[in-house]
Amino acid sequence: MAIPLMALVFLFSYMPLFGWIYAFFDYKAGIPLFENEFVGFKFFELIFTDKADMIRVMKNTLIFAFIGLALSPLPMIFAIMMNEIRFKRFKMFVQTATTLPNFVSWIIVFSLTFMIFSTEGLLNQILFSLGLVSNPTNILTNGEAVYWFQTVLGIWKGLGWSAIVYVASISSIDQEMYEAAVIDGAGRFKSALHITLPGLMPTYIVLLILGIGNFLNVGLEQYLVYKNALTADNIEVLDLYVYRLGISNHDYSYGVAVGILKSVVSIILLVIANIITKKVRGSSIF
Amino acid sequence: MFDIVNYAFFALLIILCLYPFWYMLVYSISEPSLAAKGITLFPRGFTLFNYKKVMELEGIYNAFFISVMRTVTGTALSVFLNALLGYLFSRTEMPGRKFLYRMLLVTMYVSGGLIPYYLVIKNYGLLNNFFVYIIPGAIAAFNVILIKTFIESLPDSLQESAMLDGAGYFTIFSKIIMPLCLPIIATIAVFSAVGNWNSWFDNYIFVSSDNLRTLQLTLYEYLNEAQTLARLLQESGNIEDYKRTMEKSLTPRGVQITVTMITTIPILLVYPYMQRFFIKGIMVGAIKG
Repeated sequence: MAIPLMALVFLFSYMPLFGWIYAFFDYKAGIPLFENEFVGFKFFELIFTDKADMIRVMKNTLIFAFIGLALSPLPMIFAIMMNEIRFKRFKMFVQTATTLPNFVSWIIVFSLTFMIFSTEGLLNQILFSLGLVSNPTNILTNGEAVYWFQTVLGIWKGLGWSAIVYVASISSIDQEMYEAAVIDGAGRFKSALHITLPGLMPTYIVLLILGIGNFLNVGLEQYLVYKNALTADNIEVLDLYVYRLGISNHDYSYGVAVGILKSVVSIILLVIANIITKKVRGSSIF
Repeated sequence: MFDIVNYAFFALLIILCLYPFWYMLVYSISEPSLAAKGITLFPRGFTLFNYKKVMELEGIYNAFFISVMRTVTGTALSVFLNALLGYLFSRTEMPGRKFLYRMLLVTMYVSGGLIPYYLVIKNYGLLNNFFVYIIPGAIAAFNVILIKTFIESLPDSLQESAMLDGAGYFTIFSKIIMPLCLPIIATIAVFSAVGNWNSWFDNYIFVSSDNLRTLQLTLYEYLNEAQTLARLLQESGNIEDYKRTMEKSLTPRGVQITVTMITTIPILLVYPYMQRFFIKGIMVGAIKG
């Protein structure tokens, strides 16, 4: 009985791995794979000669990845601040409101930003009526604002949701520690800094390490939705580039080669992360 | 002092998170001519004109139907298959259990990448096929683990006594396991339904047929059309020209916003109900996100 179900898993999760072989042929759609010319590592060599695009795309990917890394403590800080709200109902409401954006698609988020930031959007209406601008501004078609604007959008959508795991682990911190701290004369800020924060660090570290394998997966759907002729140069990350090569340009073999390189780098990062955890914690995650 | 700053910060955050949704609602029910003059907090006039206009859009009913269909069938299928597989993996007497389970776990960490996946779907003849929405993602390793772990936490005696009474595996699965697993199944079902409703990327790359277009992608196409128009006019630089053309375009602003509203409503409806599942959902979400 498990066999037909596992066959489904095989068909959709394992068969694509065999698809890596496409990178070694000069594949043209419509011709059976093995009738195409075998080219060995030609497409992998092409990655290193396709400098203009590859450097730009890698730069974008790494910028987004490092911004993500730098901001990774945000959900934890958010949860600690939320924990300081004493009024229970308000706390619940904060959680409800800030988590909502996580459950709408990037298309809806795009539509909402379009509604507010586009040329005839709310922001321009307000700026116009205040006499602050004479020409409409439109951040959605501003190539230079891409990095920070997309980061802000990512935070808007994901912060509340990613904080929940920390909210859950705060509730498992021993309450007696807080009581002891009060007796020792610690204020709320000191308690948060010396009890809550250290209590959450293990969770943070584990999530950070688990995330390392996904370091280069910086969010295909988001950037695809916000990509247009004016933002393309800065928003095109590795995944989008692979998408453009393979699906838009039908340059399948090269697209697969770039994809393989990305996977290999991800696996190496994951292995390194695992070695580090083994050293630090004495047990590996995988 | 700290309290004031903290409360003010969170109040601001709530506004930032909810205001766009509120603005969308208010805009969609305002008189279009008044709305064009600017809306901030409250509706100007009240009309369902925009909603009527949306109903007249070509293909909108079909898109809604496709979205509902994929959500219902996709959720049902994935709940059933994940639960069944979770149950099978909980039976220690299953031959090759360890090997198959490992094989499933690997899929959480390794993927072939976008292009090989596309080619595989293409080779299976799933391009422009409704099944591409529901079959490829039906089995998710993480959901299987959740269910398996849940079943293993149930007392063995229940299954043993049923077996002594002559019940087969499938009877045990449907009569005993499924009802007992309801809490975890509900969690998976809700998250799967929201995921299905929000999903558009599979539509975007695998399906070009108009008949199979989902609501999400329909909305995206209206927005793209508006954006292209906006860019062309922005380059010409005349704002009055721009406004006039936007009014004449197929999907004026009010209609776009109303389509967004309709696409968002189902989420807003299930959202309060979902919160009970948040903590369990993190585990599901951590993998899918």
